[in-house]
Amino acid sequence: MQRGFVFLPVGKTSGIQMIMSALFSLLLMGASGRSKILSALSVATADALREAVIRLPPDVKRAIERAAANETNPVAQGEFANILKNIALAEKIGVPLCQDTGVPVVYLTLPPDVPLTAGIYEAVAHGVRAATQQIPLRPNVVDPLTRHNTGDNTGPGMPVVHVRPGKTCTVTVLPKGAGAENVSRIAMLPPSHQYGIEGFVVETMLHAGGKSCPPVVLGVGIGSTFDGVAALAKEALLLPVDKMTSFEQEICDAVNRIGIGPMGLGGDTTALAVKVRTAACHTASLPVAVNVQCWADRRATREVVW
Amino acid sequence: MKRKPFQLTTPLGDEVLSLHAGDHVELSGIVYTARDQAHLRMKNEGIPFDPKGAVIFHCGPVVQKDRIIAAGPTTSARMDTLSEFLLDAGVRALVGKGGMGRGVRGHLKGRGIYLALTGGCAALAASRMMLRGVFFKDLGMAEAIWVIELDALPLVVGIDAHGADLYEAVKRKAMKKFRQIQNKKD
Repeated sequence: MQRGFVFLPVGKTSGIQMIMSALFSLLLMGASGRSKILSALSVATADALREAVIRLPPDVKRAIERAAANETNPVAQGEFANILKNIALAEKIGVPLCQDTGVPVVYLTLPPDVPLTAGIYEAVAHGVRAATQQIPLRPNVVDPLTRHNTGDNTGPGMPVVHVRPGKTCTVTVLPKGAGAENVSRIAMLPPSHQYGIEGFVVETMLHAGGKSCPPVVLGVGIGSTFDGVAALAKEALLLPVDKMTSFEQEICDAVNRIGIGPMGLGGDTTALAVKVRTAACHTASLPVAVNVQCWADRRATREVVW
Repeated sequence: MKRKPFQLTTPLGDEVLSLHAGDHVELSGIVYTARDQAHLRMKNEGIPFDPKGAVIFHCGPVVQKDRIIAAGPTTSARMDTLSEFLLDAGVRALVGKGGMGRGVRGHLKGRGIYLALTGGCAALAASRMMLRGVFFKDLGMAEAIWVIELDALPLVVGIDAHGADLYEAVKRKAMKKFRQIQNKKD
């Protein structure tokens, strides 16, 4: 919006005229600036999706490489070799690294001068539709009951868009595949059972087994409410995976002790990382959510410039 | 370091009987993709290809203009109750991810093997594939039977013809470990 001021007309005009003209100009520039923001947001969304489905973030690649180097199980070594070859090949040819290109989960930050309107959501959806056609992405989005496929990866409530205030306008995408998403779980633990958190996370992977395409990244939400804790768990997947707190490391080690290994075929690494996000909660509640993410821990961020 | 992978070429024969769960293999030759719908139709209307020594691939590929773009494995367990008639007809190997039920393990005994393809490795898999034909195209891209020629696709034996099942062994061990961890905490 600030850019509108640059074009304020100057010259021999009366005060009223000048104010009117300035206001008109502001409105006009405001409107066109607004459409510029929206189209830039749409392009940035599609760009971020392309980046995410083809190229894994450097911290994820480092985590996979490190786990591969430390693996002692020969079957697991073979799985890691395939995964690393696949990552390199997808980058080289410029194709999605997995045929399940997921559903689009989007995180936005908006600076103070960009208001949150319906247009913002529509711009993101437009970016998803463009990406689906251009990359291409597999059309995965369907009506939950009729199972009718919309064909463009959008629909009511999809993409999922989370908005936060920020200094700049950014779009982060987290395309989420179904294999790992389907084995994610929530528990409302008794507040006195804090020791049960680790057990719940490990048990989640015990049930998940090879179905979640391990080695996985586990996003763990603790606190908030029933709905809030699931969002926390997913947001935890946005954190860098190449460092962990001692609490996260402890849970990760416990998961790896059960030895499910890459693809459930056994091995030293079942989880590449555990990432935890917490929020305050009711004194009588201890919500815990585990959002399972396959080794293709895809995410990418683009700054929206206009 | 691990041994060199065994080389298998279709149609398969008795050579699969000597392999063991955990062995690495590279598979070349023709495989037939099939998911739930293709299995159902083959069961009712007959198998549209020669099943002797054939390989079934649990996969719904992305096909564009006669080319395989992406072709990772799908979850094999969905075909647990739909695989016996194929093995009876002479199919020697099933390829997929996640392993299969106890029933299939029994049907494979003395006859064939289950091969695991690394989940998510769609770019790698597609790079070793050439599209050669299609049956049941009316079932749609994901469910049709695509005839694919493989060039040394890297796989691991998940279930062998002796009754050994890697997934089952891993699950059993994981459950035991989990109980140990829980007991220590309680």
